[in-house]
Amino acid sequence: MSTGTSTTQPPAGPVSPEAAASDPVDPTLVGTTATAAERRGIRVPWRFIGGRVAFYLFTAWAAITINFFLPRMMKGDAVDAYMARSQGQLQPEAEKALRALFGLDTSVPLWQQYLDYWGMLLHGDLGVSISTGMAPVGDAIASALPWTLGLVGVATIISFAVGTGLGAVIGWRRGGRLDALVPITTFMGTVPYFWLGLIFIAVFSTLLGWFPAGHAYELGVEPGWNMAFIGEVISHAALPVITIVIASVGGWVLGMRNMMLTVLDEDYITVAQAKGMPNRRVIWRYAARNAVLPQIQSFALALGFIVGGTIVMEMVFSYPGIGLLLLSATNAKDFALMQGIFLVLVLAVLVANILADIAYAILDPRTRQTEA
Amino acid sequence: MDTPVTQKTFFSQLKASMAMFSNRKSAAGLIILGIFTLVAIAAPLIAPYDPKAQNLDETLQPPSFAHLMGTTHIGEDIFSQIVYGTRGVLVVGFLATIMATVVAIVVGVTAGYLRGWKSESLSALSNVFLVIPGLPLMIIIASQFQNPPLAVIAAVLGLTGWAWGARVLRAQTMSLRNRDFIQAARANGEPLHRIILVEMLPNLMAIIASSFVGTMTAAVLGLTTLAYIGVIPVSNLNWGTILFWAQQNSAFPYYWWWYVPAGLCIALVGVALALINFGIDEYVNPRLRSAGERARAMKKKGLDVNDAVTAVRTAETRESQA
Repeated sequence: MSTGTSTTQPPAGPVSPEAAASDPVDPTLVGTTATAAERRGIRVPWRFIGGRVAFYLFTAWAAITINFFLPRMMKGDAVDAYMARSQGQLQPEAEKALRALFGLDTSVPLWQQYLDYWGMLLHGDLGVSISTGMAPVGDAIASALPWTLGLVGVATIISFAVGTGLGAVIGWRRGGRLDALVPITTFMGTVPYFWLGLIFIAVFSTLLGWFPAGHAYELGVEPGWNMAFIGEVISHAALPVITIVIASVGGWVLGMRNMMLTVLDEDYITVAQAKGMPNRRVIWRYAARNAVLPQIQSFALALGFIVGGTIVMEMVFSYPGIGLLLLSATNAKDFALMQGIFLVLVLAVLVANILADIAYAILDPRTRQTEA
Repeated sequence: MDTPVTQKTFFSQLKASMAMFSNRKSAAGLIILGIFTLVAIAAPLIAPYDPKAQNLDETLQPPSFAHLMGTTHIGEDIFSQIVYGTRGVLVVGFLATIMATVVAIVVGVTAGYLRGWKSESLSALSNVFLVIPGLPLMIIIASQFQNPPLAVIAAVLGLTGWAWGARVLRAQTMSLRNRDFIQAARANGEPLHRIILVEMLPNLMAIIASSFVGTMTAAVLGLTTLAYIGVIPVSNLNWGTILFWAQQNSAFPYYWWWYVPAGLCIALVGVALALINFGIDEYVNPRLRSAGERARAMKKKGLDVNDAVTAVRTAETRESQA
């Protein structure tokens, strides 16, 4: 506050007198307080980062603890399920050995189990999966995770970019014909992901034959970094990605459009226009830059929805990702694998939220300026 | 002496806060939802057949007058299944939403009214539930039960759905807490429960309604998804189970009458809820409605709302436009 820069001003607000005075170039094209602050070197928002780091550590701890207690609160556990599956082929003594192996030995006190659980996690050991032939859970997840990350990542980025851009344009041309798009995209968002995926398979794959109906690549194609395989992967991922984008774009469009309508009434937009700024700059650098901030803040909520939708989507498309693995683990009552998947999903969502926070700090200079 | 005045203000405020439903969008949404509710209540009167009655002479029939939406692989009438499925969806949906909203109000308003570490830790708790992806958690919890009863399914859906409401309620309560009328009530020595119930709650109604609607959308989608995956018992008839059986008996893509109506019903409920929320949004933020109307009005006069230069209108230009 003591530096004299206007901390309370909107980030892309009117030109501050000092910036305009020191700049010989056309002030309408360059000089905002935000760009001036950026040019002086990026101030690292330590307090903001510290708060977020503490929150993410707490969330990770909470998720791991939920994961630890869930199977222990239930009546049957993984060992019971496994003994039932093997139908008497295993000796009763094996049950005790298995309990020790899964860390479910009831003779050990709970806090000791909790500490052991943490020890295993910190060594990257998520236990063994009974449904995939006692393979380590980590291996099963590692082979499935890239597919899901690719699907969710690409779909989320496309959906966010398209939805936010579209929302900004609809908000700018308020009262025009584009307003009709809002109910349409919202309708698409209320349809369940999996049903939309099924309809798309029926229409675009079975009826029209434009896209393959499932799997990440044809059987018999050798995975590798060559053009044939990459093309194969892209053509197989196209339909699931399109489905997720269409189902999730509505929320971004509506949020951005509503925020644009609010921001466009602000005085600094009028000032920017009165200064004779080109409309393109007013839309994107003044209005959209401010309107996009709540969008990024709602990222946390949206991402959970998209991850959930993708999981079901993978089941519909038989896509070999985490979702399909989770379904088969659920059917086999393979609790170790289910918990491992849940943990990995939570961590992936946390990482994505950290990226969203970084984007927020870059876009909103107030998080940096309040440090001073 | 005091009581009638209190009741009057409470009810008049309550009535005023119901104004958010009195626009066309909200009304349309409420009517659609009302029709579904009526169908759910009067299911035995509307459904022409028992939804689980098999008729092996008429399997996989396309829609006809005898079977409005055709039949399944064992001759069950799909229209009757949809009608009875409405019950399953709405009962669990409302139950889950009511649970989630109660938790959201308690946590959100408490966190907003308190200060310091108590408020921060409640806020952190709701943020944790906001960040953790809901569907995988639902799948894992639901699959721990052999045959989960409806209340458990609703509780699981509610557990994963309260956080957003708590967050927005906390923010609004924090902003209300410092307004003059709350300060005045506190200075008058009004008890805490009266401040919260009579002074604050009517002002939180729009946000509670909007989070109720949002939670219900999520609960309906979550329920049908869980049913479609087969995590919750398939004997519990709802629209998701219809899709589950359609998928199991390879109805896709040819037997469209089996899977299209169920999906459209889910979408229709979603649209109804979205319409209600549009109406509430426009009530809370009148700019959302007026911006479009204003722009259209200006266009009629030959002006562009985004034009920085306003044409000076003289008698001459007005004539040329007319």
